Amino acid sequence: MKRFFAWLAAFLLAANAFADDMAPDVLVQTVTNEVLDIVRKDKDIQAGNTKKTLDLVETKVLPHFNFHRMTQLAMGREGRQATPEQMKVLVEEFRTLLVRTYSKALTEYRDQQILFKPLKMASADTDVRVRTEIKQSGGKPVTLDYYLEKTDAGWKVYDMEVADVSLVTNYRSTFAQEIQKNGIDGLIRTLQAKNKTAEIPAKAK
Amino acid sequence: MKKQNKIGTGLKAAVLAVAAVGLLGGCATSGNPKDPIEGFNRAMFAFNEGLDTVLIKPVAQGYDAVLPTPVRTGVTNFFGNIADLFIGVNNLLQGKPDQAASDLGRVLINSTVGILGIFDVATGAGLEKHEEDFGQTFGRWGVGDGAYVVIPVFGPRTVRDTAGLVLDVAADPVGNVDHVPTRNSLLALRLIDNRADLLPADKVIEEAALDKYTYIRDGYLQRRRNLIHDGNPPHQVAD
Repeated sequence: MKRFFAWLAAFLLAANAFADDMAPDVLVQTVTNEVLDIVRKDKDIQAGNTKKTLDLVETKVLPHFNFHRMTQLAMGREGRQATPEQMKVLVEEFRTLLVRTYSKALTEYRDQQILFKPLKMASADTDVRVRTEIKQSGGKPVTLDYYLEKTDAGWKVYDMEVADVSLVTNYRSTFAQEIQKNGIDGLIRTLQAKNKTAEIPAKAK
Repeated sequence: MKKQNKIGTGLKAAVLAVAAVGLLGGCATSGNPKDPIEGFNRAMFAFNEGLDTVLIKPVAQGYDAVLPTPVRTGVTNFFGNIADLFIGVNNLLQGKPDQAASDLGRVLINSTVGILGIFDVATGAGLEKHEEDFGQTFGRWGVGDGAYVVIPVFGPRTVRDTAGLVLDVAADPVGNVDHVPTRNSLLALRLIDNRADLLPADKVIEEAALDKYTYIRDGYLQRRRNLIHDGNPPHQVAD
């Protein structure tokens, strides 16, 4: 009996620390498989049900993303002029935009096979790239790479590259242009407007 | 003779395009150093978008809706097999004989076992498909990319990739089919098939882009840079 409790305690402890301690490649693989499993079984998501997809992304994927870092990367040098309040709104809006994009991509998913490439990483590394490939019939596989950094709360994704194009830094020149023209608040307004228009067609569907 | 004429016309068109680009060089710009002729490019981009909206996309959507997936895949594979030949040539020109041999092996296997390329058996056999073109070869040789240019119908390029495109078109086996109706049907089919492959990406870009023109431009430039380094450029994240 005593042994059983010791075992149970160890198990609970392990479960608790699980996501935090997971190696970055294992984390990416686990989350990807879990999410795609749900998408494969869910006819609503396949039919483009935005609400349901957003919920899925919100609960399963987002906890592993560092949106603050992503926003900083997308802002580049211009980001330094933002006040903490402005930054807070920017992170919120940019997060919405990325989540919508990611969800849209998920609804387009059709049984393609995902290949997880072996991770090259030294044990002291705190910044890694996890490489995956989406196999598609009739074409060159599309690469999908995740960049993760080690934080106190486990590994967090701070950039994603689809077919070698970063979903984050691809915004850099758009953001810079907007800031130069209309300031940080101008960029906030643009993002808010974009996120509003994105809501309308989503609901119309 | 006929072929020479065609290459001649292609070159002439390219020279004219470059000359036109040069003339327009002084026009509107929002200051992106990679895009000195943004005004011209935006106009061309709008033209391409219009053409896509009224003609190419609807046909591609119909094509995608009508054909069963295995047939669609067969068509994509068929054209992919033809393209593999010059992908191999470009790999050779870039000093990658191993990859060139693999590409040639793909063509041999897929043209025979894969019945004229309709089935991509080579990938299953471990010969991965590559993506190369003359623009990348020039890049590999150290030619700088030059300004960003949007070309009618073909879309985003850089000056270097435009020069590459002229060679890609001249060397294209499909474009060199002598029987004109066959050639034109094949070219149209390939265009529509390629477009249909991009339909899912469309929706994602619409969702993501604040300004579609800039989003596609920056994505194109980023992707070309990566392709030339075969997927291993230094990660441009530090700032």
